[in-house]
Amino acid sequence: MPLIENGRIGEDAWSFIPDGEPVPNDRPVIISFERWQAERDGFEGRNAKLGVRLKSGTLAGAIAADLDRFALVAVEFAKFRDGRGFSTARELRERYGYTGEIRAVGHVIPDQYLYLVRTGFTSVEAPEGTNPESWANALTEVTIAFQPSLDDTAPLSLLRRKLKVG
Amino acid sequence: MNHIAPGARAGIYHYDEIDRQFVAERVEQFRRQVERRLSGELTEEEFKPVRLMNGLYLQLHAYMLRIAVPYGVMSATQLRKLAAIGRKYDRGYGHFTTRQNLQYNWIKLEDTPAILHELAEVDMHALQTSGNCVRNVTTDPFVGAAKDEVVDGRVYAEILRQWTTMHPEFTYLPRKFKIAISGAESDRAAVRIHDVGLLARRNDKGEAGFSFYVGGGLGRSPFVGKLVREWVAQEDFVAYLEAILRVYNQYGRRDNIYKARIKILVHELGLEKFTQEVEEEFARLRGPKYRLDPEIVEGVRQHFAPPPFEELPDHSEALERAKAADPAFANWLEVNVAEHKAPGYAIATISLKPAGGIPGDATCDQMDLVADLAERHSFGELRVTHVQNLVLAHVKKDELYDLWKRLDEAGLGSANAGLIGDIIACPGLDYCALANARAIPLAQAISARFADPIRQRTIGELGIKISGCINACGHHHVGAIGILGVDKKGTEYYQITVGGDPTLTTAIGDILGPAVTETEAVDAIEAIVDVYLANRTGEGERFVDTLKRVGHAPFKERIYAAD
Amino acid sequence: MSAKDRSKEGSMKAITANRLRDGEVVFLGEGGRWVESFAEAALFQRAEADGVLAEAKAKAEREQSGVDIYAFEVVEQNGIPVPATMRERIRTAGPTVRLDLGKQAA
Ligand code: HEM
Ligand code: SF4
Repeated sequence: MPLIENGRIGEDAWSFIPDGEPVPNDRPVIISFERWQAERDGFEGRNAKLGVRLKSGTLAGAIAADLDRFALVAVEFAKFRDGRGFSTARELRERYGYTGEIRAVGHVIPDQYLYLVRTGFTSVEAPEGTNPESWANALTEVTIAFQPSLDDTAPLSLLRRKLKVG
Repeated sequence: MNHIAPGARAGIYHYDEIDRQFVAERVEQFRRQVERRLSGELTEEEFKPVRLMNGLYLQLHAYMLRIAVPYGVMSATQLRKLAAIGRKYDRGYGHFTTRQNLQYNWIKLEDTPAILHELAEVDMHALQTSGNCVRNVTTDPFVGAAKDEVVDGRVYAEILRQWTTMHPEFTYLPRKFKIAISGAESDRAAVRIHDVGLLARRNDKGEAGFSFYVGGGLGRSPFVGKLVREWVAQEDFVAYLEAILRVYNQYGRRDNIYKARIKILVHELGLEKFTQEVEEEFARLRGPKYRLDPEIVEGVRQHFAPPPFEELPDHSEALERAKAADPAFANWLEVNVAEHKAPGYAIATISLKPAGGIPGDATCDQMDLVADLAERHSFGELRVTHVQNLVLAHVKKDELYDLWKRLDEAGLGSANAGLIGDIIACPGLDYCALANARAIPLAQAISARFADPIRQRTIGELGIKISGCINACGHHHVGAIGILGVDKKGTEYYQITVGGDPTLTTAIGDILGPAVTETEAVDAIEAIVDVYLANRTGEGERFVDTLKRVGHAPFKERIYAAD
Repeated sequence: MSAKDRSKEGSMKAITANRLRDGEVVFLGEGGRWVESFAEAALFQRAEADGVLAEAKAKAEREQSGVDIYAFEVVEQNGIPVPATMRERIRTAGPTVRLDLGKQAA
């Protein structure tokens, strides 16, 4: 599936390994949160990067204690209308200080891309056949924000201001 | 863009470059979204939340477009534009709603980008008037004018408007989210039936702060908002709301649309646990990032500086003369005019409820007239109320008679604010795709039955509120008399409730008995009124108080006696 | 067979949608064409309605022509087919409180 990063289709270095399949040791992989819970000891001493995939109902707090083990957290959107993931990402960044990659997976649409970026996501797994132009536009068509968010570390001095685009 | 600045003296928020650019960008964005939908790139399922976020519903006959009137306040210029749009793209009228907004009923999807573009010319839009986001914040329609005002709710409603606009985290909430603010002693904003209701107050140092009521709402399971925190200081205002929304976004139910509102979360978690979650989140958010800077508040407040009132004596000879000469005017004055904080001025309610008329509907010609009158008599500014009327908030007492004559000629002079003719009715089955029964014809029949202004005065304060289905857009739960349309095997029936109260003493009405037909409903309302008049202790006792004293029995007996 | 003849055979169904681009209420007419007037709507036997509906839905989604597509019941009154429910009668005519608007005004 195409990976969207910085408004463009990018290379995906990661692969998701479904539960039950052997986990390769020589390349970055994403495993499910459930597998992590069940087999965490098995990942002791692993050198290649590890990522974890949270179902939409699994909130940031569930993985908070283990965040230093993961270079990537994939947050699932069961339906694009289910916006819990926006809070999950924001909590990962603001509350738990996570600095690795946060990836949106599942059902998201280009019209949500700016919201994703502003709540701390770094990449999005888009559906096959998606229109890349719509993703690129999504980051530039609205350049104003009315509230602080992840893209902005200054204190809330003014409600209205321009977003730094790009 | 062909930008027309609203009247400089109007007490409304004036857009700056950034606000304007934002709205222009959103219009363009929607234009492309419509193109993507028409080309098939977006499915209907994907497009629906996008169009809803821009106020566009699909209704029975066409699309419906809901225009945001932030906290119900607008300028004459803006109203004139609404009239022009109604003529050009709709059928020459609009419907003012209980959410202090305006709806058009006959809109074409393909026209919508052009309409939004025209709205942007007068700093208006339809953003977040629908969808599972934070909706238009509502407030007291007498804001900035009422004698009993303690805090100007517009300032905080505007801060919330900005803060919630395209909020990246809270635009795909479990369900819609409605906030109301009241800054006066009497609550004219029905705060406790909102997801978050804010009572703005002052402490003994004169600083503004807020009581937070959470989890109110009507619909299938009505709840009265519960007090979550008595005092939130101004600087924590945004942080506290952010905390509430984050708890809601994470824990609110998404498995069942009927259980997705925050009222159900508060109910299921219990007030204590809910409050604890919010307080925990709040404690963490309380840092500098979310602190509401007094400078911002001051900056916004300047937009709402009082208009240049003249120094007038409070007593108006002209008014007294007109009152003595014209009894119909005297009646309107008693019923539709409220006290203003500036001497010599008054607050006038323009009733959109002529006897036998459609509650909340106004023709484009009427809108133009009201815009003219607002310019002439009220510093070019007007308000929409949550009972579907309009308000000119700053009218010189000397000019009230002129104002009323012009209104009366145009069918806008009904003297029924707060009386039995001042009925709220949702669009019901005549327009709404979700309806079970019609609401408007019943409102028309009742207001025609009680058309006599003297009879209405004799009955006194009595709110009738009608909804065409359990979603309760017509607030029937909190009507002194509430009427809910139901469908019984293809026939419209109406269920009557009594004892609801939308003010701070919020109460949900009780069902009086089995549902009745439309004709029976009109007779039943008359019977209820008769029983009330027969039982009340003197002119002073309001319907709800008599009801409390004598209970349901005498009312039930009269209505259902024949069965 | 005309709409009128077919409705005599018992409970019938018509298929309706709102046209995507302007929201106008439309009905599936003869030959799979969308028509604006209920009088020109094709009527289907209960049993066949499901299949026709599924087909119309798929076609409308492909062609971006209509949304909110569903079938509704039609009964006969004084020899004329009419929608069985008040809701559908209002959709085919217009608001009962504004006889100057909607299809009834045309
Ligand atoms: C005509 C199209 C409309 C549709 C499809 C619609 C839909 C709904 C729905 C589904 C609810 C229930 C929400 C819930 O309980 O979760 C609701 C509630 C409500 N709507 Fe509407 N509505 C419409 C028109 C209006 C109008 C015209 C008004 C104002 C007059 C309005 C104001 C409200 C209010 C005040 C509530 C109840 C308060 C609450 O949110 O609990 N709606 N609406
Ligand atoms: S109460 Fe029901 S019928 Fe009335 S507008 Fe709301 S959804 Fe429609």
